[in-house]
Amino acid sequence: MTEPLTIEDLSAHYGKVQVLEDFSLQIAAGELVSLLGASGCGKTTTLRLIAGFLEPTSGRIRLGDQDLTRLPAHRRNIGLVFQNYALFPHLTVAENVGFGLKQRGIGGAERAARVAAMLERVELTDLASRLPGALSGGQRQRVALARALVIEPPLLMFDEPLSNLDAKLRVGMRAEIRQMQRANGTTSVFVTHDQEEAFSISDRVAIMQAGRIMQFDTPETLYQRPANAFVARFVGFENLIPMRVVAREGESVEAEAEGGARLSLSQAEYGAIPDAFVLGARAEGLLVLPPEAPGLPATLGLRSYLGRAYQYLCATPAGPLTAQGPLGAPQMPAAAARLQPLAAQCCILAPE
Amino acid sequence: MKQPLHPLLIAFAVVVFFFLVAPLVIILGAAVSDTTFLTFPPRGISGRWFVKVFEMAAFRRTIVTSLQIAFLATGFALLIGLPAAYALNRFRIQLPHWLSTVFVLPILVPEIVLGFSLLKSVQVAADLPVFSTLVIGHTLIVLPYAVRVISASLSAFDFSMEEAAVSLGSPPLKTFFTIVLPNVRSAVIAAFILAFITSINDVSVSLFLTGPGVSTLPIQILAHVEQFFDPVIASVSVLLMLLTVGVMAVVELTLGLTFLAK
Ligand SMILES: Nc1ncnc2c1ncn2[C@@H]1O[C@H](COP(=O)(O)OP(=O)(O)OP(=O)(O)O)[C@@H](O)[C@H]1O
Ligand SMILES: [Mg+2]
Repeated sequence: MTEPLTIEDLSAHYGKVQVLEDFSLQIAAGELVSLLGASGCGKTTTLRLIAGFLEPTSGRIRLGDQDLTRLPAHRRNIGLVFQNYALFPHLTVAENVGFGLKQRGIGGAERAARVAAMLERVELTDLASRLPGALSGGQRQRVALARALVIEPPLLMFDEPLSNLDAKLRVGMRAEIRQMQRANGTTSVFVTHDQEEAFSISDRVAIMQAGRIMQFDTPETLYQRPANAFVARFVGFENLIPMRVVAREGESVEAEAEGGARLSLSQAEYGAIPDAFVLGARAEGLLVLPPEAPGLPATLGLRSYLGRAYQYLCATPAGPLTAQGPLGAPQMPAAAARLQPLAAQCCILAPE
Repeated sequence: MKQPLHPLLIAFAVVVFFFLVAPLVIILGAAVSDTTFLTFPPRGISGRWFVKVFEMAAFRRTIVTSLQIAFLATGFALLIGLPAAYALNRFRIQLPHWLSTVFVLPILVPEIVLGFSLLKSVQVAADLPVFSTLVIGHTLIVLPYAVRVISASLSAFDFSMEEAAVSLGSPPLKTFFTIVLPNVRSAVIAAFILAFITSINDVSVSLFLTGPGVSTLPIQILAHVEQFFDPVIASVSVLLMLLTVGVMAVVELTLGLTFLAK
């Protein structure tokens, strides 16, 4: 029942505007994958292509060993949950949930039993005979979920299903979706532009930009080892410092940033360092040291208290950077300091 | 707590009400007058002018013709208007802006001109029978109402519901009937009533298109008024009103109820 989804070189356009270009993605059976990206990057378009509401100009979509590319949408057997729920306003909750079963010719007692069991699972049994107009946002979301799940599809897709809920409900529903998806082992695609949501719910996340996948990996890898500057910025590496190597001696590398400031980095800690690279560092990966210490020379600016450390906006010859210093020694604004990267919280990226 | 109404507002409402209702009262009064000429207030009460209407073959015939044309024209207008309104809204972004205007054009053209051009092009040039030309003409004048009313309702329709149904396994055409249509039901009923009333009351287009042996009720009324000035006119007008109200009630009840019972 659970199937892998394979998307190969998919391209699509609206009119003359190319929205997806050579988009490829392999999702393992039972895996939940999120598409994460800024508004307009093509997430919904990808879902619509998989669902069959939009025809690709080229490429293939396969679910298990079935080729979906030319199959009409109503025969694809995909469970869809929409951002605005898209419940049928003239049908009761039970009729909404039973709609897919009815299309499959499942009638009478069996349909009623399966609808009842599903309503029980999403805790909506009491509301079975209500119309969607008389439900709260969270309840509508549950109906939408039940309606997609009850047909036991081999593939589930969610388009920003939680964005219309308040923060607390969102976290709760997120866990619920994940639990049901795990329990059924249904291959799933989840669209969101909320990084925390994507990372917390997914096995793997595809970070998208302008119709292309920038990196497809587990949340852990994305967070610690972004593959390029775009992903690094996306997952919160505030400091991206372009550098070039000026000297090498064994594992030790001497690199120069714009403005002439130098850092010595060890390939034992950072891995291979190419001649030109971008040093990516989160604020907590750039340590504020006294001006005598080695590191990038900086002038401290605005200081903010974070609880576990102080954070400083710094002016450096290589541009403005964000760094952190220990609580014991708050530094005054305009003080001179050195910034030293901590290898464990930094990454070496290809130049943009 | 009730907010007191301003006396001027009440006065205004009364005046408007009077203007709306007065003609109905006058016609009803004139229709039951026991005189041989039109008069109001009625002198004496009698139903004989209603009986007279049905004794006159011309009226009997035109009532039937008018009903036939109104039903056919309304039916055609809905058959064309419903898919048109659907397409205009469903594919709004892909379609050129001016397209929705095309469906309102017949409202902009003076009906007299429309009738005349239909006479020239359809009846004379294409040599169609009078009855068919009348149906075509009436379909044309009621189509804008059908498209407009149904379009207004569809513009608020969320087409992702349709996609939801399709993803659940419902073929597109079936989805139209099970998901789209029930949600624009009241608009379809409203369009039916509006189109029907427009057709059955039409004079200007029918004036050109009626021909030997085939006429509509309003045209027959016109012809009668040119020769006589008796209360038959008032009675037939009352009948026309009752007919309209009756059709509205029947449509509302049957369509409304069958849709509710689903
Ligand atoms: N029907 C359409 N016609 C023309 N262009 C469209 C259409 N739908 C989307 N687009 C364009 O295609 C691009 C991708 O849109 P898409 O809806 O896939 O973005 P998204 O990633 O889902 O964004 P969001 O997070 O805002 O939902 C956008 O630039 C958008 O303007
Ligand atoms: Mg979207």
